[in-house]
Amino acid sequence: MDIKNFIARRVARELKDGDVVNLGIGLPTLVANHVPEGVQITLQAEHGILGAGPTPEPGKEDPDITNAGGFPITVIPGASFFDSATSFAVIRGGHVDVTVLGALQVDEKGNIANWMVPGKRVPGMGGAMDLVVGAKEVIVAMEHSLKGSPKIFKECTYPLTAVGVVKKIITEMGVMDITTEGIVLKEIAPGVTIDDIQALTDAQLIISAELKVMDC
Amino acid sequence: MGKITTAAEAVRNIKDGDVILVGGFLMAGSPETLIKALLETSGAKDLTVVSNDTGTADSNMIKVMKTGRVIKVHASYIGANPMTGQMLIDDPNSVTLYPQGTLAEKLRCGGAGIAGFYTPVGVGTVIAEGKESRIFDGREYLLETALRGNVAFVKATIADKFGNCFLRGSTKNFGAIMARAADYVVAEAQKIVEVGELDPELVTIPGIFIDALVQSEDA
Repeated sequence: MDIKNFIARRVARELKDGDVVNLGIGLPTLVANHVPEGVQITLQAEHGILGAGPTPEPGKEDPDITNAGGFPITVIPGASFFDSATSFAVIRGGHVDVTVLGALQVDEKGNIANWMVPGKRVPGMGGAMDLVVGAKEVIVAMEHSLKGSPKIFKECTYPLTAVGVVKKIITEMGVMDITTEGIVLKEIAPGVTIDDIQALTDAQLIISAELKVMDC
Repeated sequence: MGKITTAAEAVRNIKDGDVILVGGFLMAGSPETLIKALLETSGAKDLTVVSNDTGTADSNMIKVMKTGRVIKVHASYIGANPMTGQMLIDDPNSVTLYPQGTLAEKLRCGGAGIAGFYTPVGVGTVIAEGKESRIFDGREYLLETALRGNVAFVKATIADKFGNCFLRGSTKNFGAIMARAADYVVAEAQKIVEVGELDPELVTIPGIFIDALVQSEDA
C-alpha cells in the first residue's frame, strides 16, 4: 500500500456510522475507498450534493452530476441536490460531522494554512475556510513532511485558513491530537521511532502515556 | 410578457461598467451560450464579473477576459482559469477572493433584501482585514455585506415560457442564487417548454426572477 492510501485508511477508521463527511481534494478523496464495513457515511460535496457516490462506469458520465473538482460522479440512493447557499448552510451551520483536508502547515494551536503559499500563484480558498470553521471535527490528513521539511509547526507562517480548528493530524508517521497542552502523539507507524517523527516536526511533541503502534 | 429572446438581443442590455453575475461551478451549470454572446456581440467594457471560479481554460469566460473587457473579478476559487490568476498577479486589487460560503451568502442576501450578515468564517485570517467584528455568545463573527449585479446569467435544464426554471443535479450551485440578485436576469435553457408543462414542484428558480429566456446551444 502506498503512503497516501496508508494515511487514508487510518483516517477512515475515525469515521462513525451515520457521519456526514466532506473530503478535500487530493489525498482526502482516497478516504472514501477505505470506509470500514458496517460504517455508512454520507459524503457532502460543497457545490450542492449530499450522498455523493463513486465515479461512473465509462460511457455513463452525466455532465450535470460532478464532484467539486468538476469530474463526473454518481450519487447513492437517498442523495439530494441543492444550491450553494443551502450547501454552505449545511457546512457553516454545523451539519457536517467530519471534514478531512490536506494542509501546507498546521500548528500546535490547531491553526491551519492550506490555501496560499506567499509569492506563488493564488488559486483561492474555495470552500476550505467555511469547512474548517463549520465542521464539527477537522482532521488533517497529509504526508508528514514536504521532502523532509516539517509541516507541523509551533506556529504557522503562511496565511491562515482558520484559527484553532484542527483537533487531529494523521500522517504516514503517526496520529496526533491537538490539545490545550500541545500536540500529543497517540500512535506511531510501524518501524518509526519517536526520534524519527520529532526530527520531522517543528512543534515539540508530547508523547502519550498510552502510545500505540498505528493501527491500520 | 414575452421573455423569449436571442442571446445577442439579451446582451445588448449590458452597459460599460456593469457588474455581471455568472452562475456555474467550473463547467457545471455554466451559461456558455450567454457568455459567448457577451464575447461576440456585446462591446461592453470595464466589466466586473462575479463567479465562483470564472470557469476553466475551456470556458468562454477566459476568452472574454483575454479581450481585457473584464477589469474586476469577485470569486472564491480561480485555480482553473489561468487568466484570472494572471489578473491577480498583475493587479492584486482587481480580484477579490471570498470564502465560497461567504460569496454564496452575500449573493443570497443581495437577492433577499438583506444588507449584510455576521459569519464566523475568516476570523483570524486575511479575510478579516478591515471588517467589523462582533462577539455573539462568546464567539467572534465578521460583518459581510450583500452583493448584487446589474445583470445575471444562469443556465437551466428546462424552463417554461414564464421563466420558471429547473436546474438539474449539481448545476444549481450559484445560478439558483444569482437569479434573485440582479436587475436584469437572463436564463439560457437547454429545453424551453410551454407554460404549464413544467411541474411546479420541480421549479428551482421561480419565473418572476427571470427577465429574459434564451435557447441554450447546449441542447
